[in-house]
Amino acid sequence: MSDTATTLPPTQGASRFDLRTILTRHGAWIALALLILVNLAITPNFATWQTLNVNLTQVCAIVIVAVGMTLVIATGGIDLSVGALMAIAGALAPLIFLGKLFPLPHPAVGIALAFVVPVLVAAALGWFNGWLITRLRIQPIIATLVLFIAGRGIAQVFTNGNLQVFNLPSFQFIGLGRVFGIPFQAILMIVVVVAAAWMLRHTVFGRQILAIGGNEKAARLSGIPVASVKQRVYLISGFLSGIAGLIVIARNSAADANLVGLGMELDAIAAVAVGGTLLTGGRATVIGTLVGALIIQLVRYTLLANGVPDAAALVAKAAIIVLAVWLQRQSHR
Amino acid sequence: MHTTSLKLFQGIGRYGVLLALVALILFGWLRYENFLGAFNVLSVLRYNSMFALVALGMCFVIITGGIDLSVGSTAAFGSVVAALLSPYGVIPGLLGGLAAGLAVGACNAFIITRLNILPFIATLATMLAANGCALLLADNQSVSVSYETGFIELGQGDFLGFPIPAWIALVAYLLASIVLNFTSFGRTVLAIGGNEDAARLMGLPAQRVKALVYLASGGLAGLAGVILAAQFGAGQPIEGVGWELFAIAAVVVGGTLLTGGVGSVGSTLAGVLLLGLIFNILNFENGLGWISLSAYWQSVIRGAFLLLVVAIQARLSMRTEETA
Repeated sequence: MSDTATTLPPTQGASRFDLRTILTRHGAWIALALLILVNLAITPNFATWQTLNVNLTQVCAIVIVAVGMTLVIATGGIDLSVGALMAIAGALAPLIFLGKLFPLPHPAVGIALAFVVPVLVAAALGWFNGWLITRLRIQPIIATLVLFIAGRGIAQVFTNGNLQVFNLPSFQFIGLGRVFGIPFQAILMIVVVVAAAWMLRHTVFGRQILAIGGNEKAARLSGIPVASVKQRVYLISGFLSGIAGLIVIARNSAADANLVGLGMELDAIAAVAVGGTLLTGGRATVIGTLVGALIIQLVRYTLLANGVPDAAALVAKAAIIVLAVWLQRQSHR
Repeated sequence: MHTTSLKLFQGIGRYGVLLALVALILFGWLRYENFLGAFNVLSVLRYNSMFALVALGMCFVIITGGIDLSVGSTAAFGSVVAALLSPYGVIPGLLGGLAAGLAVGACNAFIITRLNILPFIATLATMLAANGCALLLADNQSVSVSYETGFIELGQGDFLGFPIPAWIALVAYLLASIVLNFTSFGRTVLAIGGNEDAARLMGLPAQRVKALVYLASGGLAGLAGVILAAQFGAGQPIEGVGWELFAIAAVVVGGTLLTGGVGSVGSTLAGVLLLGLIFNILNFENGLGWISLSAYWQSVIRGAFLLLVVAIQARLSMRTEETA
């Protein structure tokens, strides 16, 4: 993939054109193209704006979270807490703009704070994950497991497990708004993807992330501030989870701490894996993650639109993940 | 650091979970009436035996340096299969649930050892697949079990005054303890976790043992599913969400290193009971009426406990490294 940022030396010339290499390197793009072609052939009314809209709005939150996950995985880590952080952000925002947390001087202040505070809280919790991982040297899977377990509980305690319903167009713009007919959340998603892809490829920070994932010891010895880079990566992941949480509750006009972001960590990891990012770190592609999320979403849509039950789509998703990772391994033989 | 205090620290590391468990039991005993009454003790054991089985499989997997995220949905899948087969009798129900678990375990074993895919991602995929299969078989709703064949005894019955699921868990733990400590299989499991390449170079059948460990984890999860169905009178396709993480937490709280190579079956059981008692004590506390904590606090407190334990463990291992 042309945008793949890597610390490995590029493979040279001759082998580039054999079928296997093409399949493994551009597998995600080919799969996406095939899916679209199949859909054009069999799914009624596929080539419509409505289809595009439905798929876009369902995929945005996943992509935004998965971008953060890509960066985390690029350092050789994992973040299981993303769904729980979404729930916390999603629970906080309505509490703030409905004035349940503290009295509001003006509704506009409430809305502004409802955007800022939940995202900052999620980012702070992401930073806390990073702190556990870098300072206490706890493995990422366990460190983020703490908030995975406790985080949703915290959100439920905030709201007492109640559904918070609201109707507030100025806040819900983040999930329902449109700019020139394009859903605002899609614009947000593209901005996040482009910014992260650019950062990973063209900034020192991005190169440091990949260096750490490639070989942490070597990175440390060559003077990269490993702890601080990792900490920032988890902070970014928390930050993006917070934004995704706001999008989801705005889209639903309701915040349910029991459901917001449930299972999101799996969707995000799946998107990253299918997109071609190396799960052991050191090689990452943000655009690939976008493609991976689109593939998973499209498979689900294809099956649903053709009358296959949602449960079967889960099995299909499992098969895709295994196949994608297996193909990825073949290219590294 | 002085050697005595170092030894003390290591002791806390090894027996910390037991100390915490004893402290928690003492706390409950002193604070609440009937805490150690037969009814409470037996219902805690009955309820937690499912988690104990799942955590046992996870313990072995983690000792090999792997992870099994599929156990929760495997248990749900097992409960659905068991419930569907329960009209044919106790044995078909039991074997059906077990077979469902073994099937998922076999998939894990194949993907991990043959396709060489990371355990983490392989079991993530089978988790989705098992969940999908459970929902498909159950037609998206819970499947009630037959009350005529005695199947529910597996979850609700007693044998010699002790809950049957607790007997099942007890036997499983005893067997597992013997296997881990006294058989070449057990030694190989530990060796793989310590250093897989070295184990392989020494001629140990690393791939086969790993495959068996995932198979066993699936089978135990299936068995937990059978108990789930029998205990609640229904196969529950959407149960088991988060069980994998509960099991991981219990194993880690029990002091098994997530990097593999070290672990104990007994302290895993202690970890399960510790996490289970937190919920129990929360109920008692609410019963006292001084404070009212919603059930949601349960996960917050569990998370806090996990944090406490891993933080202490991390501190200890850092100290040990520094002094070594």
